[in-house]
Amino acid sequence: MRQQLEEIRKNAEAALGEVSSLEELDAIRVKYLGKKGELTAVLKQMGGLSPEERPVVGQIANEVREYIQSEVDNKAAQLKSAAMDAQLLNETIDVTLPGEECEVGHRHPLSIVLDEVKEIFQGMGFDIISGPEVELDYYNFEALNIPKDHPARDTQDTFYITDNILLRTQTSPCQIRAMEERKPPLRVISPGRVYRSDAVDATHSPLFHQIEGLVVDEGITMSDLKGTLDTLAKKLYGPETKTRFRPHHFPFTEPSCEVDVSCFKCGGVGCSMCKGEGWVEILGAGMVHPKVLKNGGIDPEKYSGFAFGLGLERLVMFRFGLDDMRMLYENDVRFLEQF
Amino acid sequence: MNLSKRWLAEFVQVEDTDRNFAEALTLSGSKVESYEHEGAVLENIVVGHVEEIERHPDSDHLWVCKIDDGSGEIIQIITGAQNVSKGDYVPVARHKSVIASGDKITAGKLRGLESRGMLCSLSELGLTVHDFPYAIEDGIFILGDDCDKTVGTDIRTAIGYDDTIVEFEITSNRPDCLSIIGLARETAATYNAPLNLHTPEVKPGDEDVNSYLKVDIEAPDKCYRYCGAVVKNVRVAPSPRWMRERLRACGVRPINNIVDITNYVMLEYGQPMHAFDLRFLEGNHVIVRNAKAGESITTLDGEERELGTEMLVIADEKKPVAVAGVMGGEYSGIMDDTNTIVFESACFNGVAVRRAAKGLGMRTESSARFEKQLNPDDCDTCLRRALELVQLLDAGNVVNGMVDNYATPKEPVVLPFEPEWTNKFIGIDVPADEQAEILRKIGFTVEDGKITAPAFRIDIEHQADISEEIARFYGYNNIPTRELSGVAKATLTPRQRFNNLLEKTAMSCGLSETQTFSFISPKAYDKIRLPKDSERRNCVTIMNPLGEDTSVMRTTAVPSMLEVLGRNYSRKNERAALYELATVYKSNGIDKLPDENQNLILGMYGKDYNYYSLKGIVEKILSACGIAEYDVEPKKDAPAFHPGRTAMFTVDGKMIAVCGEVHPAVLENYGIGTRAYIAMIDVEYLFEKADLVRIYKALPKFPATTRDLAFVVDADMPVLKIEKAISAATGKILENIELFDVYQGAQVGENKKSVAFNLRFRSHDHTLTDDECNSAVKKAIKAAEELGATLRG
Repeated sequence: MRQQLEEIRKNAEAALGEVSSLEELDAIRVKYLGKKGELTAVLKQMGGLSPEERPVVGQIANEVREYIQSEVDNKAAQLKSAAMDAQLLNETIDVTLPGEECEVGHRHPLSIVLDEVKEIFQGMGFDIISGPEVELDYYNFEALNIPKDHPARDTQDTFYITDNILLRTQTSPCQIRAMEERKPPLRVISPGRVYRSDAVDATHSPLFHQIEGLVVDEGITMSDLKGTLDTLAKKLYGPETKTRFRPHHFPFTEPSCEVDVSCFKCGGVGCSMCKGEGWVEILGAGMVHPKVLKNGGIDPEKYSGFAFGLGLERLVMFRFGLDDMRMLYENDVRFLEQF
Repeated sequence: MNLSKRWLAEFVQVEDTDRNFAEALTLSGSKVESYEHEGAVLENIVVGHVEEIERHPDSDHLWVCKIDDGSGEIIQIITGAQNVSKGDYVPVARHKSVIASGDKITAGKLRGLESRGMLCSLSELGLTVHDFPYAIEDGIFILGDDCDKTVGTDIRTAIGYDDTIVEFEITSNRPDCLSIIGLARETAATYNAPLNLHTPEVKPGDEDVNSYLKVDIEAPDKCYRYCGAVVKNVRVAPSPRWMRERLRACGVRPINNIVDITNYVMLEYGQPMHAFDLRFLEGNHVIVRNAKAGESITTLDGEERELGTEMLVIADEKKPVAVAGVMGGEYSGIMDDTNTIVFESACFNGVAVRRAAKGLGMRTESSARFEKQLNPDDCDTCLRRALELVQLLDAGNVVNGMVDNYATPKEPVVLPFEPEWTNKFIGIDVPADEQAEILRKIGFTVEDGKITAPAFRIDIEHQADISEEIARFYGYNNIPTRELSGVAKATLTPRQRFNNLLEKTAMSCGLSETQTFSFISPKAYDKIRLPKDSERRNCVTIMNPLGEDTSVMRTTAVPSMLEVLGRNYSRKNERAALYELATVYKSNGIDKLPDENQNLILGMYGKDYNYYSLKGIVEKILSACGIAEYDVEPKKDAPAFHPGRTAMFTVDGKMIAVCGEVHPAVLENYGIGTRAYIAMIDVEYLFEKADLVRIYKALPKFPATTRDLAFVVDADMPVLKIEKAISAATGKILENIELFDVYQGAQVGENKKSVAFNLRFRSHDHTLTDDECNSAVKKAIKAAEELGATLRG
């Protein structure tokens, strides 16, 4: 019987060596290990052995079975892996063909930069508010310390609806509305459309966007104004950006300033972008004029504040190297899809 | 305002580079726009002496000159000019030089003879006969005795064409800086340098001004002060070179001594002056009054102008002779035979001058200054300066005295001196004495705890104004920088979050954002076929629009979107898929602000798009807003839309959106040569109905059963109707119903269609039995049949 077992082992080994498909392998498994297989047949004869021989032969039989089983398993794994390799090879495609188009809409460049500015200010605790574009003369001029007969009120600059209603020329009326509606401490920005009687060309438009900012609290100083706008500049144009504050004049702030940032193209050395100056003007600001605080119902003896205004189009043009403002309102898809 | 640095040096000495000077003045509040050197383009042009001159042997108009150009040798230059004589001093553009046009001059041959350069005319130096009145226009500039005649001297130095001009942008609150003295004061304060002001002194003459001139102010609300003086035996002549140079550097063309003096004083002090010919002043009487109805004046420029009764004029006893602060009349000017003149130095109400200038459509150097509101206190000083110059230039004999009509002298502005307030307001710590010093440098008086503003500072009225003065000379950039303190607690409002959601959804559906003008042409309403009586035609109208195209505030964003689609189509863009979150303006009547509402407008064209592409996006947006319950029905009467391909979406019976194909007539109006689709969503109502609260629902534990049902129905039967009937009939075990096929053709018969649905049933608490499903299917079939449908075998 030992010999028989050894024979089976040899035969199985030989058969497994030649096997080339899972079907053949299964047939071999059945032939040797199945209920009617050869090994089973040999084991059935075990009864005729002496009690001394039985465990010895039994052990050999088990070893043979285990051997065949493990060889079958190995072979199965090999065959499966080979089959998968063949399939993968067969399924090869030209991976350099273009991908299928997946249509996603594009955000307008004005919104991209506005979103960024909003995010920066939200991070500093500014709420975002909005005010009417068709506005009362009072909010747009009177309350902002721009008296009747001020040149800014000329019909050549301002679109009037009636003598008393106009298209706001700035987002600054939101300062007054914010002060009327909220109590200090106040931190808001108010982005929106503004209107001026300028014919359309590469750098002018009768409609454009501003972002107004207002902070009112006890003990607000020009240092706070500088810190806030310096942070804005650094977040917009990078941590190396420097700011420069120049005295200026606005009727609704005192002191007033214009703020330049070190040229983001040349870093301040001087180039065509900054006209050789190394600085690019980005906004106007100032301490809220005490009269304006009073007009907003806030006690200027107790509170102080600062305000600022940014031109969004200008920021967008800088950001994207755009030299013609008209592109922003034409909405040519070839333009929109660049962003 | 253009500043001559040479003129400035008369008042303050500053040693600094031009670039640093520009930066320093900019940072202390006088913004420098640019600076330039006169004659910067000129190169290698020097003073030359004509040693010999003779005709060119081969030409009847050329001359051969031997020139001493200071180089040590005599050079030969050929000229075609006819005004050069032996002994003249002339500008010589040497070999390798550059003239004002930028042209390079090199040696060459003219008719066979060598010419080692060129003799220059004034225009070749960049000047005109106004700068050198004794020169001729079309000839060589023969240097006069007012020039340096040392041969070889750079021509710019020799003729005084080497000033540096600094251009300032002066803000409207600082008219005092529209003057050399004003800028000198700022310069002195910026550099902490002494300011050397000059007090004009007039030598005594003869007679008495009062025997020549009487002045009455009839409109004291518009004329605060009027000073007049008289000069007799006027000798009109060109003014001297130094005066011409300074005027030119400041951008004013020299005319003659009298006119130049008025302009010189205006530039020096910022006070516009005027000179009248006394001959034409009827009754030797100046009356400052409002124009009378029907009065007109022919101004110096020769135009006859109608005057309004609110315009202030300088009149004599019969007629207006000048529009106050704007321009003189034709007879008031200085002529060659003028003998006696009146100098006017007055102060008018800025608003009145501005209105008059605007009303007449003539903004002059004078009106531009007056309208910023000048200071009346210096009128007399300025007049004295003019008289002093008359004497200096020997331009006439000054009559003794001055008529000064100054009824109500201006009260000086006095504020308490509160250095601590300023330190606190600005965020600095500048000691009181330093603050006082800053203020004194710019003309303020600080004593006894009080600040008195100088009269020329018309902008000072509040402590904050004082703080600005301190801050700008302390240096804005020296003020410490501080981050805002306190708790940051910004949040988006629900509406802001909602708008973000809408835009994100639109973009994820493939639509790109657009931004269009809020004002449109009223004709746009015709182009979108809006009925004449439509409420949408009642819009907010701009009184003074730039043009009709931008004259009304839109009540609908449909025209804006169509215009964008049309523009893209005409530019041969194959497809466009766009949205705009647009504000529309609903009038509330003439005296109230309109409602500003938001519309979400979607638009698309292109070969892959049809009505259902756009409808799918509308449905996606509604679903993103959590709106599941809405009705869709055909909308046949929307004027801009295709009557058979437009749907109205309603929620609780109120329209929330319209979606459809654009009407072919409208497409034509916008030049769109292909089918286009537009949807308009009412964002205000959408926000009202939106349900953004999401609550987790357990995933199903029991299996679903699906059944397909196909019906034949009338071709015009809306599928939604059948779907709704089936849903209603089958009850809550119907988890989903989905149309998967619509077929029209011979097999189903004429005017019929086949529609096939997939129904998915499921219960949340048990596995459905066949009986339950069959029963539901039966109900579904019955409901469809009630609508005239027949089940397909």
